[in-house]
Amino acid sequence: MSETFILIPGRTSKQGVGINEGKYGETYLGEITKLQVAPGDMERLGITEGDWVRLTGEHGTIDVEVISAKKDELPEGLLFIAYGDLSSRLMGGDTHGSGMPTSKGFDVELETIPTPSKS
Amino acid sequence: MATVSSESQSDQLKVVTDATCTFCGCVCDDIDLTVDGHTITKAKRACVLGTAWFLNHDVDDRPSCMIKGKPATVEEGIEHASQVLANSRYPLIYGLSDTTSESQRVAVSIADWIGGIVDTTTSVCHGPSGMAFQGVGEVTCSLGEVRNRGDLIMFWGSNPAESHPRHFTKYSLMPKGMFVPNGRKDRTCVVVDVRKTKSANAADIFIPIKPRRDFEGLWTLRALAKGIELDPAQTLEDTGVELSVWQDLMDRMKAAKFGVIFFGMGLTMTRGKHANSEALLALTRDMNDHTRFVCKPNRGHGNVTGAYNVVAWRTGYPFGVNLARGYPRFNPGEYTASDVLARGEADAAMIIASDPMANFNEPARQHLASIPYIAFDPKETPTTRHAEVAFTVATYGINVPGTVYRMDDVPIPLRPAFESPHPSDLQILEGIEKRVKELKAIGLAGQASSLRPNAV
Ligand code: SF4
Repeated sequence: MSETFILIPGRTSKQGVGINEGKYGETYLGEITKLQVAPGDMERLGITEGDWVRLTGEHGTIDVEVISAKKDELPEGLLFIAYGDLSSRLMGGDTHGSGMPTSKGFDVELETIPTPSKS
Repeated sequence: MATVSSESQSDQLKVVTDATCTFCGCVCDDIDLTVDGHTITKAKRACVLGTAWFLNHDVDDRPSCMIKGKPATVEEGIEHASQVLANSRYPLIYGLSDTTSESQRVAVSIADWIGGIVDTTTSVCHGPSGMAFQGVGEVTCSLGEVRNRGDLIMFWGSNPAESHPRHFTKYSLMPKGMFVPNGRKDRTCVVVDVRKTKSANAADIFIPIKPRRDFEGLWTLRALAKGIELDPAQTLEDTGVELSVWQDLMDRMKAAKFGVIFFGMGLTMTRGKHANSEALLALTRDMNDHTRFVCKPNRGHGNVTGAYNVVAWRTGYPFGVNLARGYPRFNPGEYTASDVLARGEADAAMIIASDPMANFNEPARQHLASIPYIAFDPKETPTTRHAEVAFTVATYGINVPGTVYRMDDVPIPLRPAFESPHPSDLQILEGIEKRVKELKAIGLAGQASSLRPNAV
């Protein structure tokens, strides 16, 4: 079963620190691969921190680990992810004559998936 | 005045005062660096991002040049890069926000000599605002004026607490200024955003706007500025915010002595893009019927503002400029990097201090991976890994002197901390410029630089 959310990719200070440490480093890769979900949405969907979900947008699909957004930070119905490789995979090529692809505030379908095994 | 002094405990240890941080658009030029050989051990006054910037830019232990993944000399790299660029029909030069304005200037020249496109990360940052400036104009000021005068400070779709951590303390909220002697107590801070960000927590008033409804919110304020009556139910439906909240904000805006709106990518990256920025610029202009009001984009990368200025003063347009016909043409959506790549048009590229292989959409990345391109970066990134020619370059501000523009268009000099064994991107770009001119036989008698055989 899937549900539609609005995804907001954005900057975080941890992501900024990670860029300086190196894009193949743990800080950066750890930050850009975690999806923040509002506590109310997590409860309703029956998901807990560390669960994995699949996001499917008009232009792509990504699998990400869930963490809980801080209290009150995200309204229900909104998801947040640190801007980076994964969030960019959901962007389309069309910029609507602006040069800027729609990179924030687009619809995604969220479905829970089994936690991938660590190889 | 910058000084370099040695500390007594070690011959190797020195302190560079008033060094400039180029990690974000605040471009703080008051950082004191303790330098031990090729490592910065302390960055006094830097924020968490600035500290990470200074403390993680030791010299990268990689070859200065790799061609097709194999180590090569810098001279070989310059020759190979020049051949790729000179022999292409529709080359793209892109990035440029994390380097000096001196390098940006040379990169534009190369684009001109080879008849290519020059675009900067502006196009995926405040490029839409650049379009809006052309449509509406920008009522603006320097950050020094905000510091000394601003009594109503608004942030719209911008989260400086995470992206520009010293914005509040150095420029916009905390400082005691000439006309705001009590600092924070004399200022009211309003944040409009779809999330209750860290910046919202620092605000006096947080307005949680409905996602993708910034345009509607801004036009609601424009209507209220003109005294037009609005339907409360419709306003709530359109913006997710009660009309009374917007009215209260407008009353405060009109009562302010010096109002400022900083806006971010919450506007430019969301549906509406340049129309959102236009609405905000127009609102700022409208407010000047009542009081003094200014706005400023909170630009991100250290010298993205320089990229915008340099491309503008060299070509007449700020980004997305096509020089294939021997004169500049500007058309966002047509000559901007994301579009040129996603449509599969460019047949070669030169990427300077940017990482499109990690940050661009999938069709653009796939096309970039399929063409020969040259990459410059102090660190290894997905873009340098896939490059035909990858240069490891010295870091601007840490190893390389030069000029960067702060987000308010104020040029600031860099004060490097130590020398790098890697060349600067300026040295390599100058080498490439010289060589492509030879390959294009530019400068020979009778050869007019504006007559390009590869015009598209
Ligand atoms: S606010 Fe920006 S420029 Fe200033 S120290 Fe922090 S990262 Fe550097």
